Amino acid sequence: MRSVGLNLVIGAGITAFFVVLATVSMVWTPYDITVLSVADRLQPPSGAHWLGTDHFGRDIVSMLMVGAQTSIAVALIAVGVGVLVGVPLGLFAAATHGSLLDEIVMRGNDVVFAFPALVIAILITAIFGPGAVNAIIAIGIFNIPVFARIARGSALPVWTREFIMAARLSGKGAAHISLEHVLPNIANTLIVQATIQFSLGILAEAGLAYVGLGAQPPIPSWGRMLAEAQTMIALAPHVAIVPGLTIVLMVLGLNLFGDGLRDLLDPRLRERSR
Amino acid sequence: MTLFVLKRLGSLLASLLAASLVIFLVLEVLPGDPAAFMLGLNAAPDTVAALRDQLGLNAPLWARYGGWLAGMTVGDFGISYTYRVPVADLIGARLGVSLPLAIYALTLSTLIAIPMGALAAASRNSPLDTGIMGVTQLGIAVPNFWFAMLLVLAFSVGLRWFSAGGFPGWDDPYAAMKALTLPAVALALPQASILARMMRSALIDTLDEDYIRTARAKGLSRGQALRHHALRNALIPVLTIMGLQFSFLLAGAIIIENVFFLPGLGRLVFQAINARDLIVVRSVVMLLVFAVVAVNFIVDVTYALVDPRLRRPVT
Repeated sequence: MRSVGLNLVIGAGITAFFVVLATVSMVWTPYDITVLSVADRLQPPSGAHWLGTDHFGRDIVSMLMVGAQTSIAVALIAVGVGVLVGVPLGLFAAATHGSLLDEIVMRGNDVVFAFPALVIAILITAIFGPGAVNAIIAIGIFNIPVFARIARGSALPVWTREFIMAARLSGKGAAHISLEHVLPNIANTLIVQATIQFSLGILAEAGLAYVGLGAQPPIPSWGRMLAEAQTMIALAPHVAIVPGLTIVLMVLGLNLFGDGLRDLLDPRLRERSR
Repeated sequence: MTLFVLKRLGSLLASLLAASLVIFLVLEVLPGDPAAFMLGLNAAPDTVAALRDQLGLNAPLWARYGGWLAGMTVGDFGISYTYRVPVADLIGARLGVSLPLAIYALTLSTLIAIPMGALAAASRNSPLDTGIMGVTQLGIAVPNFWFAMLLVLAFSVGLRWFSAGGFPGWDDPYAAMKALTLPAVALALPQASILARMMRSALIDTLDEDYIRTARAKGLSRGQALRHHALRNALIPVLTIMGLQFSFLLAGAIIIENVFFLPGLGRLVFQAINARDLIVVRSVVMLLVFAVVAVNFIVDVTYALVDPRLRRPVT
């Protein structure tokens, strides 16, 4: 039981730490990452460069700070796309449960579900070329059926409750009821799912950037830092190790935050997840 | 049961048809002229016209879509624009790397995850359980391609047990498996972490069931009840997750191939994107979608076989 609050605090702390880093990097970084300095390249961690420098002599701490912007922005907007499109679809399907419309929405979901985010990204990139926006669209589209399913699945039992009957009797329409009565009752589940999709989004963004389908130079991104470090891994291991550890820490923080949030919002699950 | 399989088969075909339409439209209609796109900005108009002709783009849209579908049913995916060979041959050769890699990784992750999850559930709330859960929490957060780089650093650069990349071909099965080992381990780790957590919570759920209490009441030990009654039932939700995870595994394989310079589907599709070889992109994407849909179909049918309750439509 004690660990419940602990997860939440540690997770929120790590998440807040990265959000602050990303925000600060908009106005200040220890070094200017647009200045290349070949003389300083591939330096190990030191007092001047806490985490060393990369193959262009750029300060890795500064790169990671600016990279956090890319990661957080891509994952967050992708979650937004998933919620804004998926949740209304799911609510709509639940409200018209058993009808042809419900069937169409759910089968459409199945089709989108068959496209992993990477495959969507491949399709988009084949047409528009690579970029951070493509990563957002790809991960966002991937998120839509996730939220539609969760919204529908958790909205269905709510529709059988008595207060819904009461609302129907008072003459409220399905859209009205979905928004005023169903949504608040499933909000907790959606919030927890959003943190999960957020952390998956960070991982997906890193993967896409790594294979060259995400943010393009000169925009720093954690995934691309790893791709560039790969050829120098024997020469300067820290250039490959540090960005990876950063991703792990961020995702770990978000997962702990999500777990803690779930335990807080839904005490029934507490026993199982500990 | 036959009716159930037929129904599922019908929805499988419907999904594939819808997906193929999406892929076709996205790649052919949205960006304008595919021939001009493939040749780039500086292409001469008559070159573009010649390619349009060669690609059969002058036929009406529905005829091209129908032709593509009809071709695929007999294994004809068209001719690659850059390689000038049938796409089916290209894909066939690459599948010989990607598919064994995915299966290798799936096998590894199952062998690790099921016992780990069961162990954690059986010793719920003990230090062992906490330890396993801690490790899996970390495993979920590790990007598999980064883990792959660490493996290269440790076992190729450091210990020199494995080569850092490349694929020797299947003429020497031992060397081929060896070349796929580090990639498979890198793929399997995050997979196993998710699966182990699923296994644990599914097993804990079934351990709370009435029939487990009955089994214990008639004198079975905790371990016996777990082995004979709980394990089998817990595997059903775990199987679902494995089916869903297969798409992540395939996508992961495509990324991991890049770390180890493996000549698989991933390398093929990324090269095709750079060369604007849309026919190859279209075929590989369709194949990946087919794999995801087919695996989920197999999983559905498998547990309708195992559990008759699931044959009825669920809402």
